[in-house]
Amino acid sequence: MKIKTNKRAKAKSILARTLIYIELIIAVIIVLYPILWIIGSSFDPINNFGRTGIFPKNVTLNNYFRLFQKYDYSKWYLNTAYLAVMTMLFSVFVNTITAFVFARFNFKGKKAGMLSATILQMFPSFMALTALYMIALNFGMLDNLNMLVIIYVAGSIPINIWLVKGNMQNLPKSIDEAAYIDGASKLQVLLKIIFPLSFPIITFIAFMSFMTPWMDYMLQRFLINSSDKRTLALGMFELSDHNTATPSDFTAFSAGAVLIAAPITILYIVFQKYLITGIASGTNKGE
Amino acid sequence: MKIICALCSAVIWGGGQVINKQRLKGLVFFLIQGVLVFVELSTGTLDVLTGKVEATFRNCGYFTKGLWGLVTLGEIPRASSSTLVYDHSVMLMITGIISTVILLFFVLIWIWNIKDAYLTRTQIEQGKKVSSVDYVKNLWNKSFEYIMITPGAILVLFISVIPVMFSMLVAFTNYNHNAIPPRYIVDWVGFKSFTDLVMIPIWGSTFVKVLIWTVSWAFIATFTAYGFGLLQAVLINAEGIRFKKAWRSILILPWAMPALVSLLVFRVLFKNTGAFNNMLLRAGIINDAIPFLSSTGWARTSIVLVNMWLSFPFFMALISAAMTSISPELHEAVEIDGGNGWHKFRYISLPTILTVTAPMIVMSVANNFNNFGAVYFLTGGKPLDPGLQMAGTTDILITWIFKLTLDYRMYNIAAAVSILIFILIATVSGINMMRTRSFKED
Repeated sequence: MKIKTNKRAKAKSILARTLIYIELIIAVIIVLYPILWIIGSSFDPINNFGRTGIFPKNVTLNNYFRLFQKYDYSKWYLNTAYLAVMTMLFSVFVNTITAFVFARFNFKGKKAGMLSATILQMFPSFMALTALYMIALNFGMLDNLNMLVIIYVAGSIPINIWLVKGNMQNLPKSIDEAAYIDGASKLQVLLKIIFPLSFPIITFIAFMSFMTPWMDYMLQRFLINSSDKRTLALGMFELSDHNTATPSDFTAFSAGAVLIAAPITILYIVFQKYLITGIASGTNKGE
Repeated sequence: MKIICALCSAVIWGGGQVINKQRLKGLVFFLIQGVLVFVELSTGTLDVLTGKVEATFRNCGYFTKGLWGLVTLGEIPRASSSTLVYDHSVMLMITGIISTVILLFFVLIWIWNIKDAYLTRTQIEQGKKVSSVDYVKNLWNKSFEYIMITPGAILVLFISVIPVMFSMLVAFTNYNHNAIPPRYIVDWVGFKSFTDLVMIPIWGSTFVKVLIWTVSWAFIATFTAYGFGLLQAVLINAEGIRFKKAWRSILILPWAMPALVSLLVFRVLFKNTGAFNNMLLRAGIINDAIPFLSSTGWARTSIVLVNMWLSFPFFMALISAAMTSISPELHEAVEIDGGNGWHKFRYISLPTILTVTAPMIVMSVANNFNNFGAVYFLTGGKPLDPGLQMAGTTDILITWIFKLTLDYRMYNIAAAVSILIFILIATVSGINMMRTRSFKED
């Protein structure tokens, strides 16, 4: 009797396991198909976006060459990389010093500052596109990559302040106090103690700021108009768009997509741990 | 004497400080006033005063003209290209806001300078002696905090606060494609944009329909992605499943890919003559191409599915992390009570997972509410619907605002919609914020 139920349980668990494997395999196919398909297209000599197979019949590198010869892909890439690096540097600088002050000191207007950060966070800067355009025009910063950097950094402040501040508050205050007793200045405490200890969260905001220009389209579309300043988002959108006047070049688009996605995917995988804890701690700010 | 010092400083900045023998400090205040006066005079007021140009506000300096522009929004339209003197209402508005904000700062410094002259005099009369150098040192120490937040504050002021003010003001004007400056002068029209949104049936119904779809989208998108992510996390972590790490590494990929690229790829895959349709046609499952992105029902489904593809890995990773924190003893306890795998999941794992990830679900709903990319890059808001004003049936509020601004130039309506959304979100999260502990502690 006992053996029988054991057998039945075993059969049941094998069935369950098989079903799980089937589901996981389906999930993997769903995930991988578009990725492999676009990689395949990037090597396809024929410009055919209706192709269903993953791998093309013939293989060519022409799509990649065309990207650099016919289109200004390297310029788009450089412009975006410039935006990414500058945004990252300034964002880390501004957010760290501001969050430090909010985390460690009491001063007049602190509560008002945090409250306005929260309110502004709910009013994303892109909702005020016209205003940003006019401000850029006013300061002669239209069609200027640095204007985008400024907007990205400013836009990141309200949310990052909460994130970094929350993290710094978790560091014991006794460390700072000991340093002050030893005669350290506030700036030294920030640079030599708080900054190194907050490294994980700073890595997180650095990474997120670095990513912003690769993902944004709206602001770039509004503020950039010369082909000299064109970014990846703008260039790729045009390559993929079948409605614009310029004939679309689907295989070149695929090659471009691969060249963007490959390094970014690797970065994400490398920083995965920081990112998930970072996002998680961002939402736990209420605790 | 105290009063005299304060009055001196009120008229000539730093005057009181000089009387107090704090020459350095006095000089700094004086220079600040100098900058203010110089900017105002050199940008036009001097010419007006000396009679070089006609005495109108238009010809005045930066600050006077700014205030005038903000109040009137200009008077002379550029009726033809030969009109040489004209006002650009929107430029006047933005410069008006900026100059008002800058002016406010000068006013604050002015008040500080008066107060400082008064207080220093009080100290001197009490027999204390404070030199400028000491004061600066003291100031640096005390206002380290303020100095450090200044860069961030200025950035937020110009890139967030002023644009928000601008948006709010635009909502009270008639700035749209019928009145594009400088050809026309924009006017203050009070609440007309808001009443239009409510009273003109097509605007009102578009707003309500888009809002309903936006809210449903935000919830559906979040829960499909969460559900699929939860399923994968649970299955990968199930007993007896091998290669856990390999499954996880492959399934995390969509999260690591730049969303912009993935969305553009899906847009191609979903075309009427695209790969998905070809596949289904060839397999004989369908006879006619499915309008994945061009009929309302299919387009909405496609967006939700693509969003699921993009966002489930994040939830999967998050839930996997949450599951490792569940102690195995709890599961053993269920076994002892005669429970099976489902019971373990239902009564132990799921409650823990939901508690740990609840804030993330809320955040995800909020993000999807403004998920521009998922809609704009896939369908661009299409298909169009004659019942909707300047919107398609897949448009969410943020893409509608984007199109109202960029394509249709309905700036006033777009601003009014932004304000309504803002009030909506701010009220909900404002109440929420006030209740959180971290806010009360500070």
